Amino acid sequence: MIVLGVDVGSLTAKAVCMKDGKILSQALIRAVTRPSESARQVIAQTLSAAGLSLEDVAYSVGTGYGRKQIPDVTETESEITCHGRGAFYANPGVRTVVDIGGQDAKALRLDADGNVERYSYNDKCASGTGRFLEVMADALDVPLDKLGELSATSSRAVRISNQCVVFAETEVITLVNQGAEPADIVRGLHHALANRVAALAKSVGVTPSVAFSGGVAKNAGVVLALSEALGCELVPLDGVDPQFCGALGAALIAMDRAGEKAA
Amino acid sequence: MMITAGCDVGSLTSKAVVMRGNRIIGTAIIRSRTHPEKTARQVMDQALKMAGVDEKDVAHSVGTGYGVEKIAFVTARHSEIACHARGARFLVPTARTVIDIGGQDCKASRLDENGGVLKFLANDKCAAGTGRFLEVMAKILNLSLDELGKLSKIARAPVTLASTCTVWAQADVIQYLNSGETVADVGAGVNNAMASRVASLANGVGVTADVCMTGGVAKNQGVVHALEKLLNERIVIPRKADPQLAGAVGAAILAREIAEGSK
Repeated sequence: MIVLGVDVGSLTAKAVCMKDGKILSQALIRAVTRPSESARQVIAQTLSAAGLSLEDVAYSVGTGYGRKQIPDVTETESEITCHGRGAFYANPGVRTVVDIGGQDAKALRLDADGNVERYSYNDKCASGTGRFLEVMADALDVPLDKLGELSATSSRAVRISNQCVVFAETEVITLVNQGAEPADIVRGLHHALANRVAALAKSVGVTPSVAFSGGVAKNAGVVLALSEALGCELVPLDGVDPQFCGALGAALIAMDRAGEKAA
Repeated sequence: MMITAGCDVGSLTSKAVVMRGNRIIGTAIIRSRTHPEKTARQVMDQALKMAGVDEKDVAHSVGTGYGVEKIAFVTARHSEIACHARGARFLVPTARTVIDIGGQDCKASRLDENGGVLKFLANDKCAAGTGRFLEVMAKILNLSLDELGKLSKIARAPVTLASTCTVWAQADVIQYLNSGETVADVGAGVNNAMASRVASLANGVGVTADVCMTGGVAKNQGVVHALEKLLNERIVIPRKADPQLAGAVGAAILAREIAEGSK
């Protein structure tokens, strides 16, 4: 039986195609203006990679920021549920999931069966989301995906005193003008972001093991800083790309629903 | 009659006032530069020149504002709370609520009958509700701050910005422009959003008539009128001097109180 999970975020859209509990294919695209169009494109890419078409899909679940506008899915499910499900599948020891996306951050606590017990969410303030790093990367003229590498070369983080993205951007420019090393600034920015998100995580109660998902989890500098801020190690999501956690969870839920329907 | 001076070094602009007794005889407003000490010197020299007095004729001078620690020449330093309250009462003697919006902060104070501060709240953590919010928006709209302020008058159906965060609101504004809303309606929406953020701070101290507004944003009629509607109170804008000078005026008055031994 073939199922599909689609996660349409603010910056990227992700889809995972599964057959009998195994991942067949997955795809990620940069989101276009209309969520429905992003969904269409990412679904087409995922199915084509598996050599399938939409008719082969028994059940599909949509999630993410643009989930209300995904055509062709059987149903939609909240991001919280999908992220929890994806992380728990990848590592059943996970009790806390921290997810940093392009325009939001989430923290959720799971029980021993993987059900969401508590969650907290920020999409009101750009600080503490992926956008924080995007703006800073732009100000420093460093590619977003090179921030992690750059911070690894720093010997001492520069303290960033502003939380607000707008104010912190000015602070970064001032620091550059004063001659601070970009690597040290970036390391300081990673700490600033991690501290902000750690506060969110602490509000749901951080219980080990802790997993980190979302696009920002690919930045090794933030992984290190978050682990320091939470005072615990972050466990890897076995074989799962952290950016696909939500789409994978959606596919797993699609599998459940298809099974219920068949029974 | 005694000559006193006040100097208010802010994050974006610095202000100086020279008073002879109860009369303002010299003022200056300049953009703050990297070195607060040099900025302070420059703005004070300008105000002294306009007053036609020599620095040695100044009996006392008080410094205040963001860069207060760096002002070398003053005989005393005082908090912004104290200076702004005195300045506002001098400019608007009936003021019981003072709202001051600066370039990077927003302050609200409730005063007793004699001008004593009963309650004070400030936001300098988040760019929303500060002058910076308007600066960012004016830049996207390709308008001067003056022009932005005037748009509320000609707007037909102001848009509603869904986000408080300056970064997200910026995206809202771009989206509205792309979807064909007029610059006037978007600009008026920006002024309204600004007012609504400031209103919540003002309501936090408890709004009592008369309400006086100081700081650079007091010159933006769109924000002032929107705030009047939200607070359901008329807002008095200082006429005796530029509303941006309130802090420096208060500092000069405090300098006189010190010299007279009443403080």
